[in-house]
Amino acid sequence: MTAFLDTNLGVFVLILAQCLVVMVTILVSLAFLLYMDRKVWAAVQLRRGPNVVGPWGILQSFADFMKFMLKEIVIPAGADKVVFLLAPLLSFVLAAIAWVVIPFSDGWVISDLNVGILYIFAISSLGVYGIIMGGWASNSKYPFLGALRSAAQMVSYEVSIGLIIIGVLISTGSLNLSDIVRAQDGRFGLLSWYWLPHFPMMVIFFISALAETNRPPFDLAEAESELVAGYQVEYSSTPYLLFMIGEYMNIVLMCALMTILFFGGWLSPIPGLPDGVLWFVVKVVFFFFIFSMVKAIVPRYRYDQLMRLGWKVFLPMSLGWVVFVAIMARLDVVGYARFAVGG
Amino acid sequence: MTVTALAFYVFAAVTVAAGLFVVLARNPVHSVLWLILSFCSAAGLFVLLGAEFVAMLLIIVYVGAVAVLFLFVVMMLDVDFTALRQGLADYLPLGALIGLVLLVELGLVIGHWAIAGSAPEARAAAAPAPADIGNVEALGRILFDDYIYLFQAAGMILLVAMIGAIVLTLYHRPDIKRQNILEQIYRDRADSVELRDVEPGQGV
Repeated sequence: MTAFLDTNLGVFVLILAQCLVVMVTILVSLAFLLYMDRKVWAAVQLRRGPNVVGPWGILQSFADFMKFMLKEIVIPAGADKVVFLLAPLLSFVLAAIAWVVIPFSDGWVISDLNVGILYIFAISSLGVYGIIMGGWASNSKYPFLGALRSAAQMVSYEVSIGLIIIGVLISTGSLNLSDIVRAQDGRFGLLSWYWLPHFPMMVIFFISALAETNRPPFDLAEAESELVAGYQVEYSSTPYLLFMIGEYMNIVLMCALMTILFFGGWLSPIPGLPDGVLWFVVKVVFFFFIFSMVKAIVPRYRYDQLMRLGWKVFLPMSLGWVVFVAIMARLDVVGYARFAVGG
Repeated sequence: MTVTALAFYVFAAVTVAAGLFVVLARNPVHSVLWLILSFCSAAGLFVLLGAEFVAMLLIIVYVGAVAVLFLFVVMMLDVDFTALRQGLADYLPLGALIGLVLLVELGLVIGHWAIAGSAPEARAAAAPAPADIGNVEALGRILFDDYIYLFQAAGMILLVAMIGAIVLTLYHRPDIKRQNILEQIYRDRADSVELRDVEPGQGV
């Protein structure tokens, strides 16, 4: 068995199996996260939320899934057919392949890339194409406006996310996501993670993540009160499902990134307790809960305010922070320089 | 044939084919999409060369930023496809000339590296990075230690270009209503709400 795993084919089969396990796990947990999202939202608005399918409505997502799959795919007459169908596919695939470099626990990662964080950044910068292509190919006004808005928004907020990541990278001295988590391992558990030295950037990263994933209060791409549903107007059935799953997968990915960059990934918050994948899951679910709460309680931004926030507030702040972290790391201040000195 | 060779041929073929479709596609938006595919497979080629940092930068900068702007411009402009095609014959000689120049340049490079008598020395001179240094670190050392002044100069040039572009397009519109966020934040209860004791039947 081990001999087979050393051959080219063996390695290929092994990686394929790993991808399958991660994919299935994420998709199934996404079903329950979606349910949680709706339940939290409902609870804030004093509603019951989904409560019919299965005990406490817990199987609602699976019922929705069946409904989406069985409906007819409608393609508008003037649409560019190939691009129209390619767009949701691209959204879904890009959201899925970013998970390849996420370390769930020490060594639990499909591909331990040296440039892991850049890979995620590259993939998330591609995500905008799904939306632009979908909006353009629909050959209709609302989708096109929604796509333009969303593209401008994602490009703007990517800049500040990139600068925030640079701050963390300076502290760590590595682009590898596992190394970033290991650098946060310290004697003080919770207090040795990066959220403390990088506190302002943690807040800005969270807000930028909301904007990057088109979540409320920054969901201007699909603002239902003005654009009906933005780039998704013409989509139905499975293509719409792919868009939606891609969007939610991106949100969970952002929660995972938050966990890895600022909250110690798989590390346990209390010194003495064992580290492990459970902590990672707990942290990701916690951030997803915060995402849901924000969606429920914050009103939508106006477009010019969104752009102002991105370019005039977050960009200078994160740029200034990069300089600050660079100076602190150079002076070897505790908490800012975690890389092996001389390495 | 090893897996790497197979991957190389796949990426190379996709790059060339996508490049061809950039020129051949009837719809300019499709052209840009093909261009993006060609960028992505070029990034794949860089990964095969062991230059994963350059590959990621290629995707982030070219695909994630430059091509998005291309796509924006092409989508927003109302391009008349037939008018675009008409000038094709006029520009063909110029295009062919540029193609020829590029081909000769490529030939010179290949000749220097593969055919000329000094080729083995030239290949040996470009020593690969040591195995213990990742290529992010190697690039960082070259850029920020060896060539820091040139790097700064390049940054200054880009800054000047950016300022130039902003100055050329900047114009102020005094007749527009602007939101002053600071003013809104510093507004407090004392200067915005006033309690008046209104007599019955009189109004304010």
